[in-house]
Amino acid sequence: MTPIPPVFEELIRIVLYGTLAILFVSVNALFLVWMERRVAARLQLRRGPIHVGPQGLLQTVADAVKLLTKELVRPYASDRFLYALAPVLAFAPLLGAFIILPLGPGAIIRDLNIGFLLLFSLANISFIGIFIAGWSSNNKYALLGSMRAVAQNISYEIPLMLSTMGVVLTTGTLRMTEIVAAQDRIWFILLQPVAFLIFFCASLAEANRAPFDIPEAESELVAGFHTEYSGMRFALFFLGEYTAIFVSSAIAATLFLGGWQGPLLPGPVWLLLKTYLLVLIVMWIRWTFPRLRSDQLMAFAWKVLIPFALLNLLGTAVWVSMRNLLA
Amino acid sequence: MNLADSVFIGLAVVTVLGALGAVAFRALFYNALSLVLCLFGVAGLFIYLHAEFLAVMEVIIYIGAISVAIIFAIMLSRPMDKSDEPRSPSASLRGAVCAALVFAGLWRLLSGARWAQGSGQLPDMRDIGKALLTTDVLPFEAVSLVLLVAIIGALVLSSPRERS
Repeated sequence: MTPIPPVFEELIRIVLYGTLAILFVSVNALFLVWMERRVAARLQLRRGPIHVGPQGLLQTVADAVKLLTKELVRPYASDRFLYALAPVLAFAPLLGAFIILPLGPGAIIRDLNIGFLLLFSLANISFIGIFIAGWSSNNKYALLGSMRAVAQNISYEIPLMLSTMGVVLTTGTLRMTEIVAAQDRIWFILLQPVAFLIFFCASLAEANRAPFDIPEAESELVAGFHTEYSGMRFALFFLGEYTAIFVSSAIAATLFLGGWQGPLLPGPVWLLLKTYLLVLIVMWIRWTFPRLRSDQLMAFAWKVLIPFALLNLLGTAVWVSMRNLLA
Repeated sequence: MNLADSVFIGLAVVTVLGALGAVAFRALFYNALSLVLCLFGVAGLFIYLHAEFLAVMEVIIYIGAISVAIIFAIMLSRPMDKSDEPRSPSASLRGAVCAALVFAGLWRLLSGARWAQGSGQLPDMRDIGKALLTTDVLPFEAVSLVLLVAIIGALVLSSPRERS
């Protein structure tokens, strides 16, 4: 048998990993929507979906099948090409996050030396997708929603990146595997508690989650940038939102909670446990706190998160150079 | 033609098409999006050259900040149904002259350049960071000064006028 040329080997790897990522993302979103509804119900003293399947687990599957059969309605005055492109642009970059997610020692698709910076650059493409969605719908609510979304995303990207720099300074690397390996004795949530809080708040805002969900504030903007979307195009935005929650929780678990590290259980299980714990907290926050106002949201990023992130960075730099001097 | 060449040609085509679209489309929003495509092609070229850090920074800064600011300005200033205004020929001419001057300057610079032979060892982010704070600290600080002036200028322009 002739050996497979490396090009085809690479192509097969890309297709395989891509398929696995899409599969995981879909199942994960179905699970998270169910979880969200159950968590919301519990917090509001209701029961939530319990009838379809065990504990209502198949309810979201039924919803997804219904969405698949829906007609794709396109507003007459919308921009045909961009309107169809936007959901894809908003969702697809999130799949790239799985390239750098370390599931265990050596179990990572590509251990890039730019590490999670890749994720920040991919997130920017998502914002452009949201932008295009709002503009091409030719609807005032959609336009306002997407403008809010982008203003918010630009603002919260700065504290998000600054907070991760504390971890980078401590470990001296951006590689995800090395960052996890550096946490074998103490998790960075203990060394960098301020950075973790800032990262958590900023990633909530980046994923447009309550209490930072003003881009889709129902009471003012109908549904924000995806007001005019229906059927599977709407579902793609929805999928994107839940994937963003999962990805930011997984990155937070990797950077601050020791990633795959933990006793007894295998690495991927630990990572998933930590990630879903963070997702649970995200949902808990959504159903507990009221939505912020637009100006409060901006003030929170620029007057609270960024100064604290800068102070944290400065403190970490001093601490690291002291450590280097003493060592 | 091997695979590397075809990847390079693909990226170059994307970049050039994006650049053409950035000036050729009539609708301003499409111009801005073509610019994004062009910058994305450039980021791809950086990855092709194993400069992942530059590629990521290209996307974060040029697409994530600058292009988004341009698109933001377009969205604030003109609604979708008002984008097909005729273009004034004198403005096009002025633009063409400016572009030709920049192109001629770059052409002169590039054709006269002597490229240093690389050591084969690609610098990683650590080397870039060290260089920015040691050997190249002067240009680095000059750039930060320019940005500071720009920030102060933006604050002055956007702050409410005092009534006197």
